[in-house]
Amino acid sequence: MKAFIQGTGSISAQDSNVFPATIRAYEGNRLPVADPDYKQWIDIKQIRRMGRVIKMGVGASHISLQDAGLTQPDAIIMGTAYGCLADTGVFLNKLVTQREDMLTPTAFIQSTHNTVGGQIALMLGCHAYNNTFVHGAFSLENALQDGLLLLRENPSHQVLAGAVDEITDYSHSILSRFGLYKQAATGALLQSGTPGTMAGEGAAFFVLAGERNERSQAELTGVEMLYKPASPEETAAQLRSFLQRHGLQPADVDLLVTGRNGDAKGDAYYNTVENSLFAGRPVAAFKHFCGEYPTAAAFGMWMVVKALQAQQVAGEAMVKGRAPAQLKRVLIWNHQHTTHHSFILLSAC
Amino acid sequence: MSEHVWIAGGEVICGIGMDLAACLEAFEKMQPGMGAMQHLRSVHANTFPVVEVKADNDTLAAMAGMPAHWSRTALLSMIAARGAWESTGLGAVANYRVGLVSANTVGGMDKTEQFMEAFLHDAAGGRLREVVHHECGSITELVADALGIRHHVSTISTACSSGANALMYGARMIRSGMLDVVIAGGTDSLTRFTLNGFNTLMILDQQKCRPFDDTRTGLNLGEGAGYVVLVSDRLAEKVQPWCKLSGFANANDAYHQTASSPDGTGNSMAMRGALDMAGLQPADVDYINLHGTGTQNNDSSEGLAIMRLFEPTYPPVSSTKSFTGHTLGASGGIEAVFAAYALQQGIIYPNAQFTTPMKELPFTPATAFSRGNALRHVMSNSFGFGGNCSSLVFSK
Repeated sequence: MKAFIQGTGSISAQDSNVFPATIRAYEGNRLPVADPDYKQWIDIKQIRRMGRVIKMGVGASHISLQDAGLTQPDAIIMGTAYGCLADTGVFLNKLVTQREDMLTPTAFIQSTHNTVGGQIALMLGCHAYNNTFVHGAFSLENALQDGLLLLRENPSHQVLAGAVDEITDYSHSILSRFGLYKQAATGALLQSGTPGTMAGEGAAFFVLAGERNERSQAELTGVEMLYKPASPEETAAQLRSFLQRHGLQPADVDLLVTGRNGDAKGDAYYNTVENSLFAGRPVAAFKHFCGEYPTAAAFGMWMVVKALQAQQVAGEAMVKGRAPAQLKRVLIWNHQHTTHHSFILLSAC
Repeated sequence: MSEHVWIAGGEVICGIGMDLAACLEAFEKMQPGMGAMQHLRSVHANTFPVVEVKADNDTLAAMAGMPAHWSRTALLSMIAARGAWESTGLGAVANYRVGLVSANTVGGMDKTEQFMEAFLHDAAGGRLREVVHHECGSITELVADALGIRHHVSTISTACSSGANALMYGARMIRSGMLDVVIAGGTDSLTRFTLNGFNTLMILDQQKCRPFDDTRTGLNLGEGAGYVVLVSDRLAEKVQPWCKLSGFANANDAYHQTASSPDGTGNSMAMRGALDMAGLQPADVDYINLHGTGTQNNDSSEGLAIMRLFEPTYPPVSSTKSFTGHTLGASGGIEAVFAAYALQQGIIYPNAQFTTPMKELPFTPATAFSRGNALRHVMSNSFGFGGNCSSLVFSK
């Protein structure tokens, strides 16, 4: 199962128009999305009522459709770990503080996890297949896998697939109590060597096609998830067999892009597997650009598609070795808390 | 690769029974499960009847073999998913490539609600164990871990059609050869969040809901979990499957975030798409398990879509939500179990509380429980918020 990426769109802490030539740096424990002017894509009357996560999702999906020159996708598939947190928070707050009295429907309506996918369909008038995966750090990956399955069933189709997650003050406050974040600077995050990371948010979408044409920007060669491996050795073995299924050895990968996030324990896991499979190979990272969130791999994938097109990797992305001069195959390996691993293999077109 | 996808078994827990056998008895005895809240704590306890699973969390936890402080949604899921697996006689999970695709709409919200009471008072307040399973996917993982499932674990949330989409995704992974077996369905427990949400939409009935009845004024919320076990052709030879999942389709109504289009555009597309995949004509369908929530808008859209697609002859139809209430993310799973079992056993379920035909429809729902029907193909509909519409077709 493979697909061709016909268009991409990202709304993140970085300015997509100038990244990676210009990289925004952040200090603190969270990287907020650099909100673009949503009026480009959304009616101003709707914008005021619409939750941020919906705006991010709708915006990124529009950019990717435009980029692909597509008006009506044959499927809309979303991934989101947290869903519409802001509206959920508003409704919960009123529910508790007003003792279940005098509540209004807007926040509840916008709190359901399929709101973003539903809104995209509504705005496009798109009656096609529509699905939303809500499985933590497997949300994006399942959206991609669902897209690949659909394209296998209908190779002439084009699928809009992507992911979005937001930070809210409530979620940040609660997740902070789990000890996930630390005060840091993005430029030094990956060298910090201490527990914790910086929180992030964002949306990235991809138009996937079963057939290659002149608009194809890159190939999505394969996607795989690995749930709770017993050890780094098992992860390495799974990674090797994933590559083998695509006819590749680790040395055939021009660039490994990892989900390093500055958390010492999590990053050490990447190191362990790299030392056994990718010794001496160049390794890059992306979470010091977008922050850590369960669907951050979507930003990584967007960055890699851009790099494959430009045949260039920003020096700031590199954590081991030098940016390769030629990029044919790039493997994104992301894990969350060492329990949820995903492998996304991309190839130049 | 598997040409067909088979239903090797299934199990349900909901407000009319702790298992499928108990549910069948409730259908046969015409005993819907609506009543005053016993377990959910809400200021609306005396206003809106609900269809609760008739057990407290301690009892459910003991049945599930899980801690009682975990979300009720996980406890319900575990009981039904394990029951579904055991109903197949497949033996040890470890012998197969097994996936769990589970749907839910609000994850561990029942616990998050408790947490927020303390948290809103003081940001350092509230026990973290009450929010650690807030995410929808976390609920699925608690069950996957307890069952020893590792090959694939995923969660779908498309509001009221979630459970049906879980079956579709599972079936497609089996067809592609990725997995041998998928436990697919959904779970949701009652929460104040959803109760109050549906109340703001003014679609909760203060009486027992009356799906497909002209006097209907809304839905009753229910809770529960329901899972089927999907298997490949190869594994179907080792068990006695109930039936095939022969067709399914997912379409979007693209009309409104919460309301259905008046003519049921998405509903029609989903039903037609499922029939097309199964290679069937409308006349081949012998029973439809309706989405049938009991709201003015839902039933009218679904009814008109069925009218246009099936006229001039209509198969028996009924909404089991007239017994179970609307179990949201679980409903697609629960009703898939009911529909697949109905096909195997020749059962048509009654539609409770029915008195008055809808003026705009030329057909009325079945009102009596019957066995011994010669059923070849059964359809199950799940339509929801966000315009998400899904139909499943089960065949002998």
